[in-house]
Amino acid sequence: MAVRDEPLTRPRGAVHEWRGLAGLAFIGLLIGGALLGLVAEGARDPSGARDAFDPYLARVVRFTLLQAILSTLASVLPAIVVARALSRHGAFRGRGLLLRLFSVPLALPQIVAALGVLALFGRAGLLADLASASGLGHWPSIYGLSGILIAHAFFNVPLAARLLLQALDTIPADHWRLASQLGMAPWSTFGLIEWPAMRAALPGIAGLVFMLCVTSFTIVLTLGGGPAATTLEVAIYQALRFDFDPARALVLTALQLGLTIAIVWLLARLGADLAGETSIAVSRRRYAAIGGVETLFNAAVLMLALAFVGGPIAAIVAGGLEADLGRLIGEHAVRAALATSLVLAFVAAILCCLLTFGLVSGRKRLEARRRSSPAGLAERLMDSGTALVLVVPPIIIGAGWFLLLRLFADAFAFAPVMVVCVNAVMAIPFVVRAIRPAHDSAFDRHDRLCRQLGITGMARLRLVDWPVMRRPLATGFAFAMALSIGDLGVIALFGSEQVQTLPYLLLARMSSYRTADAAGIALILAVFCFLLIMLAERLGGEKR
Amino acid sequence: MSGAEIFDITIDKVRFSYDGAPMHFDATIAANAITALIGPSGSGKSTLLNLIAGFETPSQGRILFAGRDHTAVAPAERPVSMVFQENNLFAHLDVAANVGLGRSPSLKLDEADRDDISTALERVGLAGKDKRLPRELSGGERQRVALARVLVRNRPVLLLDEAFASLGPSLRRDMLDLVGELQRSRAMTVLMVTHDPADALRIAAHTIFLENGCVVASGDTATMLSGKAPAQVQRYLGGKVRDAGDTIARKET
Repeated sequence: MAVRDEPLTRPRGAVHEWRGLAGLAFIGLLIGGALLGLVAEGARDPSGARDAFDPYLARVVRFTLLQAILSTLASVLPAIVVARALSRHGAFRGRGLLLRLFSVPLALPQIVAALGVLALFGRAGLLADLASASGLGHWPSIYGLSGILIAHAFFNVPLAARLLLQALDTIPADHWRLASQLGMAPWSTFGLIEWPAMRAALPGIAGLVFMLCVTSFTIVLTLGGGPAATTLEVAIYQALRFDFDPARALVLTALQLGLTIAIVWLLARLGADLAGETSIAVSRRRYAAIGGVETLFNAAVLMLALAFVGGPIAAIVAGGLEADLGRLIGEHAVRAALATSLVLAFVAAILCCLLTFGLVSGRKRLEARRRSSPAGLAERLMDSGTALVLVVPPIIIGAGWFLLLRLFADAFAFAPVMVVCVNAVMAIPFVVRAIRPAHDSAFDRHDRLCRQLGITGMARLRLVDWPVMRRPLATGFAFAMALSIGDLGVIALFGSEQVQTLPYLLLARMSSYRTADAAGIALILAVFCFLLIMLAERLGGEKR
Repeated sequence: MSGAEIFDITIDKVRFSYDGAPMHFDATIAANAITALIGPSGSGKSTLLNLIAGFETPSQGRILFAGRDHTAVAPAERPVSMVFQENNLFAHLDVAANVGLGRSPSLKLDEADRDDISTALERVGLAGKDKRLPRELSGGERQRVALARVLVRNRPVLLLDEAFASLGPSLRRDMLDLVGELQRSRAMTVLMVTHDPADALRIAAHTIFLENGCVVASGDTATMLSGKAPAQVQRYLGGKVRDAGDTIARKET
């Protein structure tokens, strides 16, 4: 096939690819800089790095994997029962509400959720009070493995249940009709129809949950409670912030990077979707008659799930309202932290939208240009490369840059830049979801017309792209801002008296046992996240 | 573009490959006339239009307008307007803006431009509808807006890619007649892809038949769509030839 390399008729395409290439360059620089920091540290002090391999390190790796495996089991096994109960009863009152509640944990900042879990299950929590009031005796501390498992389950049971429900909803209606015609008992229905559908989705879902738990930072930091329950990510933080042991940080970071790359490689083979998006399915008519015993069992399962997911959320609200909110809001530190959080999240969200728009439009243009020939490297990177940032957790990027920057300057001075850049890049996969479908379909409708009429450059942005993309971009912006405002990752490494965000301040108050303050700040933070997520859903939901 | 020129189109040994199907076009489209492009689906009709409009680039060969090579010229710089089957309008812009884009791609319009837009809308029978959004128009009206833009843009060549295929029979005849009138008044060179031989018989002086990415036959429409047509054309038309003959009979009375 004698196709010319560069079609002369499309000189304008190159401009748009530059937007995408600029996005790629930014991501590459961020990750590359972090890796450079690691290499520089390793070269500076190779013996220190060698010494960092000690029994403590082995224990940390072991615990990281152990808690991730147990968390995955604690999340996925209950989710199977919950998803099946939801699938069997497609139309009861409050089902939609329950599913909406299941989407709440994902919108909640991790540190807020950790606080909610403490407020409910902790030694000073509501359940402990109940237990002592009814004379049940000593309530155990949940700091350590148990607290980590509960918090991970709080996040991931609803996520896994929703994903499994999606799998169940793909079962054709004819199978249900057949099952009821053949008079299958619930157990055979499960074995012959429901389980095969769930089993196909299970490796991907379990893999996703495992990945989330292996890279979990905030939960382990706040609920781990000591060196016995420390994961790699938290150990990196401790090595940099408390022991100031760059050599150890280097080894930990390299290990964590290797671990996540291995897991992601495995996940890709299992076909997992790393951004973990679920859509709430419409209830469907089922043809099976469900017996009384099973209905009771399913009702109990769903009540338990409701209590488990709703409990910590209620505890956050109750604890926050008990706190002296008026004083808190009047406090200078809180107001400063809120302002810092809002500004940094705003800038991060803008940056994220710009980068994502560049990547999305660059990818689509490359795809449109190549026609039926296979995708090139740049296009593939703009496509799946955006999800690659999930491979390199914020703490790793933060740690790498921290090690690099301290060679030249005061690393803490770069806190705002680092928080903005890392949060912007971390939100890209989610914003891609918000804008890519709208962008690509608009591109298909408009591109020939624009080329025919010669609508290019700024005129195309103003007359064609902006009117169509305004809404999806606003959705993506609100999402990115919500993710960014609740994040305790890079700021944990770079935060200081001078630069504090709300989650950082919350962590500080928790560490100094000012529980009431922490509860109040958590509620404020949760409210902001919620408003943003609701805004995003409103903007994204209408007009479709 | 001076109106005095004779804008015939020469497709000079053009080779193109799409999804592994090689195409080879060689044809001349007569100036100041309507030519119909017929053939089975997948025969390359739309591809040929896209090559002429500049949306596709030949791997070999040349595309000439009035004898000048335009093979490497961007779509917007060619003496061509094209009307697609759908998506001719920006859904978020009103009728006047959609037409105005034919005059200025950045929508910077002066008083004279606005007058031209009103005149064009009047000409296609949409007077007073300039503030409507595309979704408030019927399918036929939307294609009329596209034709108004063709008038405002004032290029000598018009390509119609099954532009009226989704309209009902009587509406389609009206639109074809409108194209016929516009062609006569502007002395345009029109090339239209159609599935229906009756469309060709109604307004096209010439007809080109494509099969498997090649021009198989061409000639004046009455011959091409009659019993005297080459064998491949007869095979494609099948039962349609007689119907088409009836239409001729009616047209001639």
